[in-house]
Amino acid sequence: MKGRRVVITGLGAISPLGLTADDLWSGLMSARCGIDFIKAFDPAGFSCKLAGEAPEFKVQKYVPKSYRKAVKLMSRDIELSVVAADEAVRSSGLVTKATEQAGVNISPWRMAINLGAGVISCDLVELAFAVAKSITDGRFDIHKWGSDGLENLTPIWLLKYLPNMPACHVGIIHDIQGPSNTLTCGEASGHLAISEAAEIISRGDADAALAGGCEAKVNPIIMLRQCLLKRATSPSNDNPDAACRPFDANAQGCVFGEGAGVVVLEELDSAVGRGAKIYAEVVGTGSSNNLSGAYEHQEASGAGIQIAIETALADAGISPAQLDLIIPHGTGILADDLAEATAIQKVLGPAIRDVPVWPTKSMLSNTGAASGALDLIAAARAVDEGKIGAAKNCDNKAPGCELNITEQILEKDIRFALCCSYTFGGQTAAVVLKSFDGFAPNNQKVNMLY
Amino acid sequence: MTNRVVITGMGIVCPVGNDVESTWRALLAGTGGMAETTIFDAATFPSKFGAEVKDYDFANYTKYPNLHSFANRGACFAIGATAQACRQAGIEIETDNPADGIDRRRMGIYLGAGEGSVDNDNFFGAIVNGWDDDKQQMDWSAWAEVAFGKMHPMVELEQEPNMPASHLALLTGALGVTRSCLTACAASTQAVGEATMLVRSGKADIMIAGGAHSMIHPLGVTGFNRLTALSTRNDSPQTASRPFSASRDGFVLGEGAAIVILESLDSARKRGVEILAEIIGFGSSSDAFRVTDMHEEARGAVQAMEKALADANITYKDIDYISTHGTATSENDSIETVAIKKVFKERAKSVPASSPKSMFGHLIGAAGCAELITCVLAIRDNILPPTMNLTDPDPQLDLDYVPNKARKAKVDTAMNESFGFGGQNNVLVIRRYRE
Repeated sequence: MKGRRVVITGLGAISPLGLTADDLWSGLMSARCGIDFIKAFDPAGFSCKLAGEAPEFKVQKYVPKSYRKAVKLMSRDIELSVVAADEAVRSSGLVTKATEQAGVNISPWRMAINLGAGVISCDLVELAFAVAKSITDGRFDIHKWGSDGLENLTPIWLLKYLPNMPACHVGIIHDIQGPSNTLTCGEASGHLAISEAAEIISRGDADAALAGGCEAKVNPIIMLRQCLLKRATSPSNDNPDAACRPFDANAQGCVFGEGAGVVVLEELDSAVGRGAKIYAEVVGTGSSNNLSGAYEHQEASGAGIQIAIETALADAGISPAQLDLIIPHGTGILADDLAEATAIQKVLGPAIRDVPVWPTKSMLSNTGAASGALDLIAAARAVDEGKIGAAKNCDNKAPGCELNITEQILEKDIRFALCCSYTFGGQTAAVVLKSFDGFAPNNQKVNMLY
Repeated sequence: MTNRVVITGMGIVCPVGNDVESTWRALLAGTGGMAETTIFDAATFPSKFGAEVKDYDFANYTKYPNLHSFANRGACFAIGATAQACRQAGIEIETDNPADGIDRRRMGIYLGAGEGSVDNDNFFGAIVNGWDDDKQQMDWSAWAEVAFGKMHPMVELEQEPNMPASHLALLTGALGVTRSCLTACAASTQAVGEATMLVRSGKADIMIAGGAHSMIHPLGVTGFNRLTALSTRNDSPQTASRPFSASRDGFVLGEGAAIVILESLDSARKRGVEILAEIIGFGSSSDAFRVTDMHEEARGAVQAMEKALADANITYKDIDYISTHGTATSENDSIETVAIKKVFKERAKSVPASSPKSMFGHLIGAAGCAELITCVLAIRDNILPPTMNLTDPDPQLDLDYVPNKARKAKVDTAMNESFGFGGQNNVLVIRRYRE
């Protein structure tokens, strides 16, 4: 990347593996599976009955008292983002308005937020109370709906479901007055949001940013969509632990889930100046399109994924052989996994034998717009600790997949790590992280921005 | 070293016209695009009218309509607007062997695009089937019976907000950086702004940028009606959108797509294409105040406007025209006026500031780029589009809103403002191109 250097100084994650980034990391390192039978609703009539659900939490705990009234405006996606953002900010050592104490150490004007989000599915039960009052002869009656039915919805109903609301609520809680954006590119959203936030800091429009993604996919309408598209697995309903099998010969589909991942990105001098812990540096980003007329699947050639990775590597100024870790999108949908494997193989060439590839969705499930952010958090921890986890459920690599999928935990210096993703519809993204060198954190408290 | 970013193509499909020139003629004539809602039966809704796109068929713009047969309304509009913009910019579409000298890896897409409408009959039908009135709860198996039986996978997929960008990728073959954002009513201004930054920093040579949206569907109108954001002047749709007037009672929901081709000056020169204007400044901010209201003192709006001016390296004294957000909600028009007064100081009352939303309605995600296009045309023709229906001025709102009639004026530099629900503020500054 050109311009100012951007580092990661805070991590926050809520996922099927737990309520914190530590839970995410320890869960992944112990190959724990966060996938189980759906609890949020009765999935008996659904072809896929599995999901990755986050543990229970009370969002009030993560919201400052002065803003607690707004909790009733928060849909599940918003709640998830609030939880992850709280941890990310606290872990970074940045002090925002949210802590409701003196010592705010970043100017609200110099802070940005950039989240990936899905289209937030409205709560069908909430809607059903209104629909129930709009029925004539057993059918929905739009005239009744227009004249009376809709009156049963809370006036702010729409605001609970606009995709930009996670970023807006988090922005209010932490008093973020710089640029705020919400990227809605399906499962590529998390990486694209982090890429854009890094650009914003790099070009000087902010000194720090909350970036990542959130999505709550465990609701009937989203699950239905993925089932109808035949992306969701169905043969493994009785065996959640083995259901999602990225790059495995027996991969039979994806399992969807919920989560949010938020990182604090910070301009290098700002981070160093206040003695922040630096997990990794963001050094390269790339994005492209898979031009597939079958919008729900990727082109077999993986061309769009390949271009995103090549662009990110060029942006980082490194060769493919310099990579020490790849976290792929790896959904467990065989055709898409093979397209992604093909793309990675084309980029890496002979280095394909050496670079460890660590898919995570067998444990995390596919959390949509959050997935790229959760993977990037895993990559940042891997870079920081010099450890890579073992893949789960890839017992026999699918024919055609030549990736060096990790079979056990590896301990090694990781200088460069790559995360990549793609989505239904075809947008692709890749981000390169680099281990941070040259500065030992000294825990000095410096309020350099005020 | 940063690139200058210029506009080399424009396309629009909106309630007053299905291309740039017919839209511009309508706006200068003060013609509105409002009428009774026809897309669905809104007869009993609080707002029974809207500003719909008329007589439009996306198949006129593509050789492969089957590739887009499930595209949602917004995506269909985007296909036409993009085809128009590409034609003007000399970008070949739907070809594997383009001879336009553009590397597809250096051409990206950035949309502010909305979600597609739900599959209404089956969506509501499934809820009716699933609702257990005795227990006052949903029976998900009964819901799933209808949902799995009746809903179509592609219709469901096309509701995702990234899908318009997906259709444009297939249309144009773009393989460069591609993003889609949805920051409510500010989305396409933000998309054009961030896309400008991608060209400026050299991450792309060309960006196809803009917005596409249609919320004229039962749940969209329901949502805005519950917020009391929409005009309910059902007896007079054509005069219902009345930005800055005392009797304004909300916006008129519109729909459409607006696309600009952003290009590095080097690329545009090399290709020898006409340069329509230069984008010189972008400012983005958030209110961080309330999700339901704008900040009373227009904190975020002022910051975005000032950032855009600073980014352009000019001052408020250099702006000849402001294309306002001007929605005709009570709150927006008051606070936007406050913001303009703060930023433009002694010039506030003399800089013309109009709202094309008085004619084409509120295109939501597509609004910002549609209004950006009117700024380019104002510069081209030295004429300002009016704010229509401004017959009873609000005494508190005392700027020059270019009331009721287009006006000739020298315009070299224009500011385009967009403010979205949740406190999203995005502002662009464009200028007549000079060497």
